[in-house]
Amino acid sequence: MHDFRKIPAGQDRYPGYDVLAKRLGPSWNEQTRRVITRRLSIGAEPQFFTAEEFQTVTAIAARIVPQSAARPPVPVAALVDEKLFRGALDGFRLAGTPRDGDAWRLGLKALDAEARTAYGGLFHSLAEGLQDALLTRMQAGELKAPQWGSMPPKDFFEKRMARDIVLAYYAHPTAWSEIGWGGPASPRGYVRLDFDERDPWEAAEAGSGDEASVRRINRHVR
Amino acid sequence: MREYGESEAVDFAIIGTGAGGGTLACKLAEHGFSVVAFDAGPYFRPLEDFASDESEQTKLYWTDDRIVDGANPLQMGSNNSGKAVGGSTVHFAMVSLRFRPEWFKSRSLLGYGADWPLNWREMWDYYREVEQALKIAGPVSYPWGPHRPRYPYRAHPLNAAARALAKGCEAMGIQWTETPLATLSAPRGLAHPCVYRGFCVTGCSTNAKQSALVTWIPRAIAAGTEIRDLAMVGRIELDNAGLVTGVHYHRDGAWHFQRARNVVVAGYAIETPRLLLNSANRKFPDGLANSSGLVGKNLMAQSNQAVWGVMDHEVRSYKGPPSLAITEHWNYEDKGKDFFGGYSYMSQGPLPQLWADTQMSAHGLWGSRLMAEMKNYNHVVGLKIVGEMLPQEANRVTLTDELDQYGLRIPRITYSWCDNDKRLIDHSLRFMTQALRAADARDLWTQDDDTCHLNGTARMGSDAANSVVDADCRSWDIPNLWICDGSIFPTVGGVNPSLTIQAIACRTADRIKALALRGELEAHAFG
Repeated sequence: MHDFRKIPAGQDRYPGYDVLAKRLGPSWNEQTRRVITRRLSIGAEPQFFTAEEFQTVTAIAARIVPQSAARPPVPVAALVDEKLFRGALDGFRLAGTPRDGDAWRLGLKALDAEARTAYGGLFHSLAEGLQDALLTRMQAGELKAPQWGSMPPKDFFEKRMARDIVLAYYAHPTAWSEIGWGGPASPRGYVRLDFDERDPWEAAEAGSGDEASVRRINRHVR
Repeated sequence: MREYGESEAVDFAIIGTGAGGGTLACKLAEHGFSVVAFDAGPYFRPLEDFASDESEQTKLYWTDDRIVDGANPLQMGSNNSGKAVGGSTVHFAMVSLRFRPEWFKSRSLLGYGADWPLNWREMWDYYREVEQALKIAGPVSYPWGPHRPRYPYRAHPLNAAARALAKGCEAMGIQWTETPLATLSAPRGLAHPCVYRGFCVTGCSTNAKQSALVTWIPRAIAAGTEIRDLAMVGRIELDNAGLVTGVHYHRDGAWHFQRARNVVVAGYAIETPRLLLNSANRKFPDGLANSSGLVGKNLMAQSNQAVWGVMDHEVRSYKGPPSLAITEHWNYEDKGKDFFGGYSYMSQGPLPQLWADTQMSAHGLWGSRLMAEMKNYNHVVGLKIVGEMLPQEANRVTLTDELDQYGLRIPRITYSWCDNDKRLIDHSLRFMTQALRAADARDLWTQDDDTCHLNGTARMGSDAANSVVDADCRSWDIPNLWICDGSIFPTVGGVNPSLTIQAIACRTADRIKALALRGELEAHAFG
C-alpha cells in the first residue's frame, strides 16, 4: 500500500516509467505497434480545421488537458483534427446538433463570439483565467450567444468538445505513462491481480520507497 | 464457406449476426435449413485485426448517424452497439446471466411490465444449452434462484476490484459471487485461456472471449450458412399476397436483392425497428409487422449508474475482465424496495480513455483537477448496476427525414426515465455508496447518467393486438417474417441480456424445425 496522498500534486507519480519502452516486448503485438506508430506520426498541421479554428482548438485543449513539461508533449488538437478529417463519428447526436465536424465548427465560432462579447478578443488571445471562465460557463450551460443556434453549449462541451479532447489526450502513450497504466497487453496479459500486486512489466508508483529505486524499477519495465 | 446465388431462394435470410442472428443462423443450419446471414459490418479475424487500443477498436461499434432526444437521451455508438460479424458480442463484457424466473411473468407475479409468452422452465434448458456452447466460466454454486446445472468451466480468479465488491457485500450482509463469464478459464480448441489483458470491451485479441464470432458463427459456416459481411440490408420485399420474398442489401457500392422464403430481422433494438419501418409499402404503410402499432415502441435501455471512489491500496482494475464479481441480491430480494424491478451490480475496470471521459462528463472535471484525479487511476474502484427500466411506449425509435450513407432514413431514438426508473437508480446509488464505503474506499462520487443494452421495440406476446411477434419470434402479421434479437423483450430484468437473447434464438430454431415438420412453415424446402 502506498500513501499516494503524500505525493505533491505536481510530482511524477510513476517516475521513469515509459510505456513505449514496452513497445518491442511481449505486451505489444504487431497490429498494436502499427496503430500506435501511425498515431505518433500524425502531423502538426490541421487537415480538417482552418488555421484559425486550429488555433482555437489548441487553446481550448491547453485548458481542458493542461500538460506537464516533464513528459513529451501530446499534440491534442492535431489528434482531434485527424479524427474529424477521417470522418469518424461517435454514432449519435442530440436533436438540434449537427454532425460531429459541423458541430465543432459551429461551437468554435460561437465560443469566439462569446469571447468577443465578454472580453473583447478571440478566445485564443485571452488570458488563461478568462478562458477558464468562459469554459466554466459553457459547461454550466450559461452561454447564450445566438451563434450557438439550436446546439446547447453545455452538450457541446460535454458530448463533443471536451470529450474529443480528453479522448485524444488519453489515446497517447505520454498520458498512459503519466497515470501508470500498463498500456497495450497482447499477447502478454497479466498474472498478479490482487491488491497492491504489480507484475514486473507494470509501472511502480512513487511513495513506496525512495524515488531513486522506484525510478530504477520503472526504467527496467519492458 | 458455402455461397448462395441471389436468385436462389434460401430458406432463411437473417439480418444481423450477433447474439440473436448469429445463434439462430447456426441452429437453423444445423437443423438442415439453407441460410444466408447478412451483417453490415466486416468479418474480423481477432488474432490479426485487433489491437490493444481503445481508439482503434471503436471500429467495432455502430457509429452511423443517429439522432437522440427525450428527457434522458441515450448515448449510442459504443457499449450498446456493434457493426461486425458477431455484433456487439465482439466487444461485450461477457457477463452471462439467467433471468430471474418470475421476470417471464412480471405482470402477473410482480405487478409491473408485461408477461412473456415463454415458460421459465423451458428457458432454463435453453440457458443450459447456451452456457455449454459458450463454456461459461462460473461459480461452483450460484447463490440466487432455482437450481441450475454446473457451469462448464471454473470461475476466473478475482482481481482487486472484484475483491472490493466482495468486501462491501460481506459488510452489508448480502451475497456475492464470481460472475459467470463467457471467456475461457481453460483451453478450448485452439484458444488458450483468458490472459487477463483487460481489453474485453474493446474486443478480445486472443479469442478467449466466447463471442458469437468465435462460437456460433464457425458452427454456422460448418453447417452450410453463408455469412455475407459488409452487406447493409435496407429494405425487405413483399409479394402481392403480403409474404416476404427477400431482402435488398447494399454491398460493394451497389444494391442487390437476395431471394428468401423467410426473413429474420436480428439487428438489435434500433436497427430492427428501423428496417421494419423503412420497409413500409402500399400494403403496410406503417411499416412491416406493425398492425399493433408497437414497432419501435417500448424501447428499454438498462440503467448503468455507478459509485466510484479511490482506495489507499493499488487496485489496477485494468487487469482481467472488468466485472469479475457480482451481486444479484436486489434482483431476487423484493423487500425494502420502493420500486418495481431489480438490479445487479458488478465490479468495474475502465480503461484510460473511458475513465477520463467519465471523469469529465459525469464528474465534471477538466483542467488541472482532471489531470490530478487521473493520476489516481490505479487506485480507483467502482460498482456499477445493470438495472431494470420499465417499458414505456413513449420511449421509441422513429424515422427522421435525414438520410445516411446508404440513402436510408436515419433513426430518432427518444428516451425518458419514468419515476420508477429514478427510484431504482436512487436505491442502487444509496446502497452501493454504503457498500463501497464499507470496502474502505473514500472520496466517493456517483455517476448518475449512464445506460447499457437496448431491448424492446418489437415485443413478443400472446396477443396480436399487444405485441409484434409470438412466442416463436414469428411476426403476427407476416407469417414468413421473424424477429430474433433483444427487440422482442417485453421487459429487461436486471441482468445483461445476451444469454437470454441466445437462449431464445436456440428455442426459436427448435420451434421453426417443429413447425416445418408439421408443415406450418411458409413455402420452404425442408424435409
